[in-house]
Amino acid sequence: MDILYLLIPLSIVLAFLIGAVFWWSVKSGQYDDLEGPAHRILHDDDSRNRIDD
Amino acid sequence: MRGMSAQPAAVPANAAHCYHCGLPVPDGARFALVLGGESRALCCAGCEAVARAIVGAGLESYYRKRDRFPDSPREALPEVVRDLAVFDRPEVQGGFVSVSGEHEREAALILEGITCPACVWLNETHLSRLPGVSAVHINYATRRARVRWDARATSLSKILRAVRAIGYRAYPYDAQALEESRRRESRSMLLRLAVAGLGMMQVMMYAVPGYLAAEGEIGADIAALMRWASFALTLPVVLYSALPFFSGALRDLRAGRPGMDVPVALGVAGAFLASAAATFTGKGEVYFESVAMFVFFLLGGRYLEMRARHKAADYLEFLSRALPATANRLVNFPLCLNTESVSAAALSVGDYVLVHPGETFPVDGLLEQGDTEADESLLTGESTAVEKSEGAAVIGGSVNRGNPAVVRVERVGEHTALSSLVRLMERAAHERPRLQEITDRVAGRFVTFVLAAAAAAALVWLAIDPARALPIAVAVLVVTCPCALSLATPMVLAVAAATLARNGLIVTRGHAIETLARATHFVFDKTGTLTAGRPGVVRVQTFGATTRKEALGLAAALERGSEHPLGRAIVEAAGWSSTPATRLRSLAGQGMQGEVEGRRLRIGRKAFALEAAPQAIAPAAEGPASATEIWLAGESGPIAVFALADAVRADARAAVGELRERGKEVVLLSGDREDAVRTVAAETGIAEFRAGLTPEQKQAFVKTLQSRGAVVAMVGDGVNDAPVLAQAQVSVAMASGTALAQAAADMVLISHRLESLVRGVRLCVRALRVVRQNLYWAFAYNVIALPLACAGYVTPWLAAVGMSASSLAVVLNALRVRGKGASGEWRTGTTVTGDG
Repeated sequence: MDILYLLIPLSIVLAFLIGAVFWWSVKSGQYDDLEGPAHRILHDDDSRNRIDD
Repeated sequence: MRGMSAQPAAVPANAAHCYHCGLPVPDGARFALVLGGESRALCCAGCEAVARAIVGAGLESYYRKRDRFPDSPREALPEVVRDLAVFDRPEVQGGFVSVSGEHEREAALILEGITCPACVWLNETHLSRLPGVSAVHINYATRRARVRWDARATSLSKILRAVRAIGYRAYPYDAQALEESRRRESRSMLLRLAVAGLGMMQVMMYAVPGYLAAEGEIGADIAALMRWASFALTLPVVLYSALPFFSGALRDLRAGRPGMDVPVALGVAGAFLASAAATFTGKGEVYFESVAMFVFFLLGGRYLEMRARHKAADYLEFLSRALPATANRLVNFPLCLNTESVSAAALSVGDYVLVHPGETFPVDGLLEQGDTEADESLLTGESTAVEKSEGAAVIGGSVNRGNPAVVRVERVGEHTALSSLVRLMERAAHERPRLQEITDRVAGRFVTFVLAAAAAAALVWLAIDPARALPIAVAVLVVTCPCALSLATPMVLAVAAATLARNGLIVTRGHAIETLARATHFVFDKTGTLTAGRPGVVRVQTFGATTRKEALGLAAALERGSEHPLGRAIVEAAGWSSTPATRLRSLAGQGMQGEVEGRRLRIGRKAFALEAAPQAIAPAAEGPASATEIWLAGESGPIAVFALADAVRADARAAVGELRERGKEVVLLSGDREDAVRTVAAETGIAEFRAGLTPEQKQAFVKTLQSRGAVVAMVGDGVNDAPVLAQAQVSVAMASGTALAQAAADMVLISHRLESLVRGVRLCVRALRVVRQNLYWAFAYNVIALPLACAGYVTPWLAAVGMSASSLAVVLNALRVRGKGASGEWRTGTTVTGDG
């Protein structure tokens, strides 16, 4: 059971990491438009110019 | 918008319909486009120009990708691609263009005409290929676009023009503070919810072994480690996610009115501090998992509530930005037609503006020159365009669908009908309805009671078993749920008001929804309410071999161009007739005379028309005495008699029928003659009516009804029957356009359809039912949960689950008011959704 001494702190680090990633994804506007991107992928071509807000 | 078809050519485009916009191709139209080796028929020059622009840019795959037709550009297109240069001026750009870098500019735009995801693709691709444009992003959900360009290589007007060329309309959009704050609120709420969710899951992982393990199975140091881990993960949940509850509680306490945030904040803080103390000292129980779970579920309910609130506010925002920012002012009108582009705010009363087809009228005004059609769907919910002839009033925010029009400015800015509408709706939103005031007061008392109960329970348990005092006090604080009172009721009312508005019924007073739902008597005015308020052909009696259609055709040929309401009614009834009349002569007060297909005809009063054939004997006309008779006669004698009367609205009978079915008493009050009123009552199926009443008598009648305990809903035209409207508990005015501002009613039926009223009643009843259900539920839940918690049967985590489940149930129940189909967004204002 000694592995728990490693795993428990690791889980905390992981949780904070996930939180940080989610924070970034919200800030970069990924949840502002939940419908458009799902369709956008079907019209794939070189629409290279995007503004991330 | 949803459910995009997998088939590339999901939109059928056969020969009879325009390949671009899907409207029928008129006979004789010769607009076409060769695409993929096939000739495609198009309906108009506008569509042809747009389709050519799309194909010319190499974007023809749009036609395979789309799953919906775009809005038709109609003939409007070549006209409107002018005067965009005004947007290149720095002083105009101030509000919506941001400068980034030396030459780089970025603008926020509203895109109109986006109907399916392929439109987004088409616009993005088209714009990003323009020289000088460095980036484009379109948000499909909000129809907002952001464009970045190099000021040396292109200009904003070129970009706007490019959007118009492919059949869409882009307007600069002043990124308002409201929008920005809303986006921030939505983002931070999502983040708080995520942090709480993440913390809850992880803390639960540490807690579950403690529930399952037998005594001594987990080593003391592992247990301590898990406590510390729980503490570390709950800390952000309490400090960040639960912050709105703490600040809300603080605000409530400062105002001296405890709301539901107070017990929540106390419960969270108490449980967390006690658990933290236990973690530091190593003695006592920890409740971190309860804290995290409680915060998460509460935030979940708040998040749903916020989304519903934003959706409801969308409609208001949509209305308030409907007036265009610029206008074409005619500099020296009667003398020449030179225009200058000015900001709409710079217009003043008496100016003349030129409105091209497809453009939005920037102000309320009178049509000075140019017969046209206006799409007033924004203000009335009615998507059929309304004919406008010279002298007619046009409403700012409606769209010119016909010809170029010169409008004399009558009202600008704040004073326009559209602004009044927005103000009325805002007033309703800010007024605290009685229902909510009551629930707020109850909630305040309830919370005080809960705080007292928690303190009492803690004191009692201190005497019995000091170790259990704190968890029980926390459980009491947490388990109780006033959410039905303080969260769900305002949400139900806001959602209901927005759904009603989309349906053509504007709520202008806070109490209206509740009172309309409780109304027992519906009192209708006759003229302009149950009837259309203007004459229509109710009966045609023909003589000889003439058919009804022929008679109407001949009459319409004579009356075409007539300004007289009776003449217009005949033209309207005939529909479109191609027979031209020659040698037309109008005799004031008598009628019209002219030649149609070589026959000399007269139409008008009986004596006047029959002069056409002096020797003929006039047959007796049969028909209701209340109707006006118009005679049509030729040289060989009378051809037909048209009976014109103020016709009953087509949906009046069905509306009255449904109200009666719902057990409402329907009464007709009118100042008109008894026989006219009797006819209307019979046609609509109203049993009880009073004729020949003055406004004071109407008011007295309503008063008598009320003294017998009736809740009266009065439906009138809003201007002439103000005293009765004021007397009734809830009043609905049939008003639109210019009369809107004067309408002193609790609700305004801008759709002019009685069907909307009945739908509205249905929706209000449903909203009230949901509010009641929530209150019953909250009452039953608290009556059971509170004693159990005081008695110590509820652990803090069970209390958190119970309270969260209860508030979620209440919020989800409140969302039902919106009904299916009503949650859809609107594109151009023509979409009227909502199943009532």
